[in-house]
Amino acid sequence: MFDDLIARLIAGERRALARMVSLVENNDPASRAALAQLHALGGKAHIIGITGSPGAGKSTLVMQLVRELRRRDQKVAVVAVDPTSPFTGGAILGDRIRMQDLVGDPNVYIRSMASRGSVGGLSSATRDVVRVLDAAGFDTIIIETVGAGQAEVEIVRAAQSIVVVTVPGMGDDIQALKAGILEIADCFCVNKADRPGADQTAAELRMLLSLDTQRGKEDWKPPIVKTIAATGEGVPQLADALAKHLAFLRASGQIVVRGERQARSEILALLYQHLLSRLNATLGADRFNEIVADVAARRSDPYSATDEIAREIGIGEN
Amino acid sequence: MSQQSLDATPQTQVAPERKIRVIVAKPGLDGHDRGAKVIARALRDAGMEVIYTGIRQTPAMIVEAAIQEDADAILLSILSGAHMALFPKIMELLREQGAEDILVMAGGILPDEDIPAIEALGIKGNFGPGTSTQDIIAFVRANVKPERLAQPLPPLRSTGASVEEPGAQG
Repeated sequence: MFDDLIARLIAGERRALARMVSLVENNDPASRAALAQLHALGGKAHIIGITGSPGAGKSTLVMQLVRELRRRDQKVAVVAVDPTSPFTGGAILGDRIRMQDLVGDPNVYIRSMASRGSVGGLSSATRDVVRVLDAAGFDTIIIETVGAGQAEVEIVRAAQSIVVVTVPGMGDDIQALKAGILEIADCFCVNKADRPGADQTAAELRMLLSLDTQRGKEDWKPPIVKTIAATGEGVPQLADALAKHLAFLRASGQIVVRGERQARSEILALLYQHLLSRLNATLGADRFNEIVADVAARRSDPYSATDEIAREIGIGEN
Repeated sequence: MSQQSLDATPQTQVAPERKIRVIVAKPGLDGHDRGAKVIARALRDAGMEVIYTGIRQTPAMIVEAAIQEDADAILLSILSGAHMALFPKIMELLREQGAEDILVMAGGILPDEDIPAIEALGIKGNFGPGTSTQDIIAFVRANVKPERLAQPLPPLRSTGASVEEPGAQG
């Protein structure tokens, strides 16, 4: 039923692409067959993740990066994720405001996504949306995460090259030593570099990287690029660094390692969903709620309850 | 796959409703965006996903955003008086894209004598000063067709794959 839509989105029709993204984003069960076809068509795009704290200038930087990549004659798609309200389920998606300069270019596609309850900086459908864009023939796909703090590292399961955007004055070097977001960077971007302290921030990052014992194994030293996104300064250097990283991924075989890492986590996540629905079908929600109530009332405990459920649905001990 | 999930509490164990996606845009040159922001916030609090595009939007910008975002609805807020210059262009561009299934609404300062002409364009709502946000939310809910995503996409009327300004080179 999606053959017409797939043919039209591959032919470059915007509306067909946007519709397929909607179906995928809504987790429409019928879209799975389409995703299987689209997966086979993809694998050519360079997938870049841009993450960093709220207000670091990610959207503006993405806009400038798209302009630079357009100068390099690439077709570019952007997926910009903003948070969903945990209270109402609604969202205000405002990343487009910063991307107005890209309007009217048929080789640029921008899509705003709400995180829809996912933690980790992306929405659960982000990878599938990227799959659609990859099949549609974009050379580069940029994922802009929700403004991220220290542990929103879900982007490593969706992107090949990750830019962590920081700004001067975000804290001393101890902040930078913390685990999490700084460990996932393939490239650091010190944005708003016209502000005081930019050189110090860059120096602190450099110091931190020199202490990193994990990195040497991959023979890639994350470059530190200073940018002023508002004017575009430093953005060509950022684009160069990302192109270099892609070349490194290909030459070193890391691109396969990363691809497999992503596929593994994706399969496991789907398997988990699958097991949950099997559990739902065999055990039933009522029985499950009964067990939940027992544990909450301390008549049972989570470990015994898990063993009990495993026995009841016939997957044995453990 | 079953929509009822075990990892939810019984109270929330209902199939997740499809999110309504609304573009809130200010066409024209006036920069008075307070009303648009209040409505964007109210729609968000009603559980909708609001794509806020900001001020000084051309018809092509608005339509391109609506197409790329596959919006269910567009809400135009205008106070400059240029509605009769801008609204017909927006509707014409939507028609070219075969996107007549998108609900288009307007609000702001729309003189009574212009309302019939605005309605004749296919623009609904026409929310003037004093309209309650609850009325707007109810209107959006009542007029968006949730089944539109499942329907086959009509063919493009124009040859271009992207939205072009009327009269622009393409």
